[in-house]
Order: sequence, then C-alpha cells, then structure tokens
Amino acid sequence: MSQRKFSKPRQSTVLGPGQGLKISSQKVPKGSSKKKDDDESTEIGEGLDEWAQNKVLLKPTDQLELTEADLKEEFTRVLTANNPHAPQNIVRYNFKERAYKPISMVEQLAVHFSLEGHMLHKDSDEARRQRARVDSTEEIVPAESSLVEFEDAEEQMEATDESLKTDSVEPAEVIEIASKGKKEQKLTNQFNFSERASQTYNNLNRDRASQTKAPPRATFSDSANQWEIYDAYVKEVQLQEKAKEKQKPSAKKEETIQKKIALEYQGDDITRVSKSSKIVERMVNQNIYDDVAQDFKYFEDLSDDFRDQEGTLLPLWKFQYEKAKRLAVTALCWNPRYNDLFAVGHGSYDFLKQTRGMLLLYSMKNPSFPEFAFSTDSGIMCLDIHHEHPYILAAGFYDGNVAIYNLKKPSSQANYKSASSTGKHTDPVWQVRWQKNDMDNNLNFYSVSSDGRVVSWTLIKNELVYTDIIRMTVEGTTSDKPEALQLHVIGCGTSFAFHKQKDHLFLVGTEEGKIHKCSKAYSSHFLETFNAHNMTVDAIRWNPFHLKIFISCSSDWTVKIWDHTFNTPVFTFDLNAAVGDVAWAPYSSTVFAAVTTDGKVHVFDLNINKYEAICIQAVVAKKKTKPTHLEFNPIYPIIVVGDDRGQVTCLKLSPNLRKLPKEKKGQEVQKGPAYEIAKLERLLNLVREPSGAETK
Amino acid sequence: MAEVEETLKRIQSHKGVVGLIVVNAEGIPIRTTLDNSTTVQYAGLLHQLSMKARSTVRDIDPQNDLTFLRIRSKKHEIMVAPDREYLLIVIQNPSE
Repeated sequence: MSQRKFSKPRQSTVLGPGQGLKISSQKVPKGSSKKKDDDESTEIGEGLDEWAQNKVLLKPTDQLELTEADLKEEFTRVLTANNPHAPQNIVRYNFKERAYKPISMVEQLAVHFSLEGHMLHKDSDEARRQRARVDSTEEIVPAESSLVEFEDAEEQMEATDESLKTDSVEPAEVIEIASKGKKEQKLTNQFNFSERASQTYNNLNRDRASQTKAPPRATFSDSANQWEIYDAYVKEVQLQEKAKEKQKPSAKKEETIQKKIALEYQGDDITRVSKSSKIVERMVNQNIYDDVAQDFKYFEDLSDDFRDQEGTLLPLWKFQYEKAKRLAVTALCWNPRYNDLFAVGHGSYDFLKQTRGMLLLYSMKNPSFPEFAFSTDSGIMCLDIHHEHPYILAAGFYDGNVAIYNLKKPSSQANYKSASSTGKHTDPVWQVRWQKNDMDNNLNFYSVSSDGRVVSWTLIKNELVYTDIIRMTVEGTTSDKPEALQLHVIGCGTSFAFHKQKDHLFLVGTEEGKIHKCSKAYSSHFLETFNAHNMTVDAIRWNPFHLKIFISCSSDWTVKIWDHTFNTPVFTFDLNAAVGDVAWAPYSSTVFAAVTTDGKVHVFDLNINKYEAICIQAVVAKKKTKPTHLEFNPIYPIIVVGDDRGQVTCLKLSPNLRKLPKEKKGQEVQKGPAYEIAKLERLLNLVREPSGAETK
Repeated sequence: MAEVEETLKRIQSHKGVVGLIVVNAEGIPIRTTLDNSTTVQYAGLLHQLSMKARSTVRDIDPQNDLTFLRIRSKKHEIMVAPDREYLLIVIQNPSE
C-alpha cells in the first residue's frame, strides 16, 4: 500500500481512484486516525467560517491553549489500507528450500457487516422466473397477493391509489398469463423429429484395366552449325530488305518480281544443273587431255639445249567443231581478258565456194566443244574483240556486212548488223578493228574492204552508223597496166593496222601490194605510200614495243619489216611460199612468226638470226591443208594456228623461241619495254649503216 | 534447256565417262545413265558426302560454299558438282 503525506493546515487531500473506492466501500477500522482527520476538517471548516465572519473568535471552553510553535508543528499521518487484525506472521513450508517461509502477502479484506436482501426488482430475470413458476403451479391463486409480495416499497406507496382500479383490471391479466403458459408448453414439441436408418449391402471392389496403342514416337535431333546460324541471319536481313523495298515501289513492280520468281521455278529440273554441267564437262576434258594440259603447263623441250639456237613447236590441243569442218579459218583473236578463250571466224577464201560462216569461241579448258557458236549466212572474214568489253565482238563478212556480237546477250544471230542501206561494203571486209570510244563514249570500230573504203562504224542507240574515212584510188598503175585502168579504178584494201600511240595514224595494205600510211584526218590523201609487195598484202602489224617498226606479209612469199619513216624495208625474208599471216610475239620485240600456205610456221628471232628462221615446222597433218592464220597468246608461250580445213591447232613455243636476256652473269637481267626497244634499235642500226652506205 | 541436255549428252559421250547421275536436294536420283542399284548407291552415298563436305566448308567460313568435289580413286574419278541444291555426279575412268 502506498503512503501519502497530508499537510495539516492545507487539507487538500488528493486521493487515487482506487483508494477512494476502497475508502467508500470499506469502512477503515482505524478509529484513532479517523477521529483526528475529522478534527482537522472541522477545525479548518470552522476556521474558514470564522474568516468569512467578522473574525470573532469563539473558543470552546475546553480548547487547548496552544502556542504559536505548537500550531505550526506538522504532524505526519499515514493512511494505509492494511487490516490491523490480519495476521502478520504466517509461515508456510517451502518444499523447494525445505524451510518455513513467512508469507508477505496476507489477505487484508475485513468484512464488518453483510446483509442478504430478499427483494427483487420487478423486471429482473429472477422475478419473472418466479412469477412464471408461481403461475404454472397455482393458476387460480389471485395474482394480487403474490404480486404484492414481490413489489418494492415504492410500489407499495402507489398501491393506495391503484388498489381500486386493480379489481377491474385483474381478470384480463389472468387470462393473458394463462394463455401464455399454454403456449409455452407447446414449445417442447416444436419439431416433429423422427430418426430412421437402414443398412445396405457393401459393394464389392473390382479392378478393371485396358491397354491403348502407344502413341507414335520419333526421335528428332539436329545440330546448329555456325553456317546455319549465319544463313538464318542472312535470310532475316533479306526479308527485312524486301519489306523495306515493298513499302517503296508500287504494286506493279512487285508483280513483275513475283512473275520472275515463278518463271525461275517453272524451269525444268534439269536446267538447274546447267552451270555445273559446264564445269563437269571441263573437268571431264581435263581428265581426257590430262597429258596435254601437263605439257602446256610444264613441258620444256630439253633438246633445245643441244640444238644451239633452233627451237621447236609442240602441238597441244586441236580444236574442231563438227559444223565448221569444211570452213576455212579466216580469223583468230584471243580474248584480252580471259587468256584461255579465243574466237575463231570460219568462212572461205575460195571465190567459187562461198557458202556460210561460223563464229566460234573456244576455251583451252574445253577443246572438244566451243563455248559459244554462231552460224552466219555469209562467211566471216575477220574478227576483233573489244579490249575494254571482252564480251563484245566485231565481225566482217564476205558479203560486205559488219556485225557486232554480244556474248552476254545470247542469241543465235548478231546483235547489230549493217545493211545495204546503211553503207555496207560492196566487197568482202578484210579486217575490222575496235577503236577507242568516241567523244560521246559510243563504241566504234574500223573496217577495211576491197571496195576501197575504210569505214568507221559507230554504235549509236542500237544502230550502226557509218562514216567513210578513206576512199582509195589506184595511182600510177595506168601506164604500167593499161587494162587494169578499167578494172581497178579503186584500190582494194586488204588489211590495216593502227598505230599504238598516234590515234590518227594507220596503215592500209592493198591488193596491189602497196601500203598506204594514212591519217584519219585526211580522207583521200595518203601521208605516204610504200611499194611494199608485188601481190596482196595479207597482214600488217605494228611492233608492240618499237613504235616506228611494222611488219607486213604478202602472197608474194615475202615478209618485210619496215620503219615507217623510211621508204625501204629494213628486213626482207623470203619464205618460199605465200605468207598468210604474220604476228609479233608479245614478249619480245625481235620475235615474230609467220604461216605459209605450204603448211609451215616460221618463227624468227632477229636477235639470234637476222637471215633465217630459228624454227620452221609443219603444223598440219595433210599436205594439202593450208594454214591461214596465226595468233600469239598474250600471256602464255603458245600460238594458235588456223587452217583451211576448219581446224585450229595450239602449239607451244620451245624455250629457244622465247629466249629472254640472260647473258652476262653478274649484271642484272634487263627486262621491260625499254630494253626491248633498245634491242631492236641496235639491230636496226646494224642494218641501216651498210644500207645507207649503199645508197650513197 | 536444250543446251543443258546437249551438254549432258556430250559429257556422256566423252572418253572414259562411266556414268552420269543428277540427284535432287533429297538425294533422289532424277536422271541416270547407270543401272538402278548402282545409281541408288552412288546417289545416296555421294549426297551424304557432298553435304558433309559443304557443311565442313561452310563451318570454317559461313560465307564460303562448296562448288566442286573431285574424288580420285584407283579406278575412277568421281566428280560432284552441286548446283542450286541439285547434284551432278559424273564417274569417269581417266586411264581409259
């Protein structure tokens, strides 16, 4: 219990709620302390009253006389709720510690007085229950008496007035109560409940099973390679691009694309192997002609070492096409870009046996069959392949026409052809040569014919437009050959050659054996005329290294080398047969080869022998067959020779025929065009000196 | 189309060519000059081999592709040219 200090004079007692309750409910049995409290409160109350009244001190007679100090003395009283009669020394045995222990907490409650009441409130539950019990047991007993017994005092006070009225009211109440009691009895039987049960048999357990067909299974496995992933990505990119393209162009373009695709797929299955079939054909040929291919690549004639200076020609492949069997080879031309490909023109040099022509392109990789074949109505006389566009060919025909073939656009006929209305030649076209593109970048080439004209052809918008460059007339023949005057009023060009550097300068060989030095600038005037041969000039070619030197050959059995600034030939060689063609070697300024109608190829190297050929070899099988043309391959040491039976023979030059400078050990090997020019120049000087002396 | 036919005919007529088979993407021969069983055997085996070879080439560099396969044996040379999912197989006896 907590303790509190009370100050005597002030008397402001502050009590906790619990304490207050206890004080009210319990009558604290401390008599002495209570008395003192009472005293003090009265004192103060009196004091206040006194203060309020006019300070008249009325003292009881028995009042203690107290000094000032006594009055001010403070008495501390402690109010506790402890029961003074409660025992304070109760002990209990503690089994844990095995000792008696005093119990500190003792019941402090003391009851001084208690009284059980016998009155009930009319509305309380107990009262109702009792009323109900009484009613059920004694129905007839008048309610008044029983009721009154339970009434409180307060009701009794009212009863005096109401007692009069009750008599009249009572019977109704009684009836009501009776009816209520009957109703309450019914409650016990409110639900008509009956429990029923029956037992059934227990069902037996049974197991039933059936088996179904196993679902089909297949093992599937795949591995993702790097390239499969790559392909998937590429496909995705293509789809994206297509989607982008589709957004842009109109629907028409799409349709065309779809049609194209459809066409591609419609193609026969076999066409899918078109490309590979070509490769396979070449491979099969490679196997068949394996030895030839090995020779072409690696064979070097060892016997050359013992032959001093002479060389040989090793025959390699023979090219022949069934449809061109009887047609003479009239033109040969290597492709400037694809070194294994060359074009062959077939026709006839026999005036009486003019039939048809063929244009064939062979590859060394497939000697058995031409890569391209075009048949023509008239015999082809000449060919040239464009240097910048190696798929464009120009051809001249016996009937005077010229034509252009485009290998990229396959067709059985020429892509562009001249007509009689568009200035075609009236005589056979003997030579065609591509020129540099003109100012408007149009393709153009020159042609020379025995009708005496040199014509420039320009391809403008799918049409061949011609321009006459020169019309040749025969000069100075009247006095010598009177009858020729009537027949040959015009000169017959049979060959020409264009200067490598000076674009305007070119040479024209004629049927009469003359060579005219011409310029594109002057149409009917020759810069110079060489009385070169006694018969038709079959070929003229500039030296590939020395720009002043050219070579010519003729049916009068001679080959002549010229300096175009001099009137007389530098070298003259008699080959004992009509010379069909002559060509400079692309690797040396002093090497050239010529074919003669007696079936031989003559190879000269002026650096080795200025008077005789270092190789004369028959290249045709039969004696009657005449070789007609010859061409050096621009890269490999081989030549192709065509004959009048329609066969083309490929020959390899032995090491002696392509000697490169190797003398003077210790010195660096000299090569290149400058050296080649110097080599030829040295030779020319050797020849000129005595000739100059002779003329003096 | 005729051009391809001609080329195929020419290949057959060449010296030493034993047979020519065209195989489609599934490895089924669609054209042959050999007898049935040999064709089926060649087609099945070479299709697998060329697919493997192609896979090898492409695995090394996905941008690369197989263009031709030559198998030189004691008796023959087998040439396989894959072209647009078709295979052209030519068997040649080069020493003949």
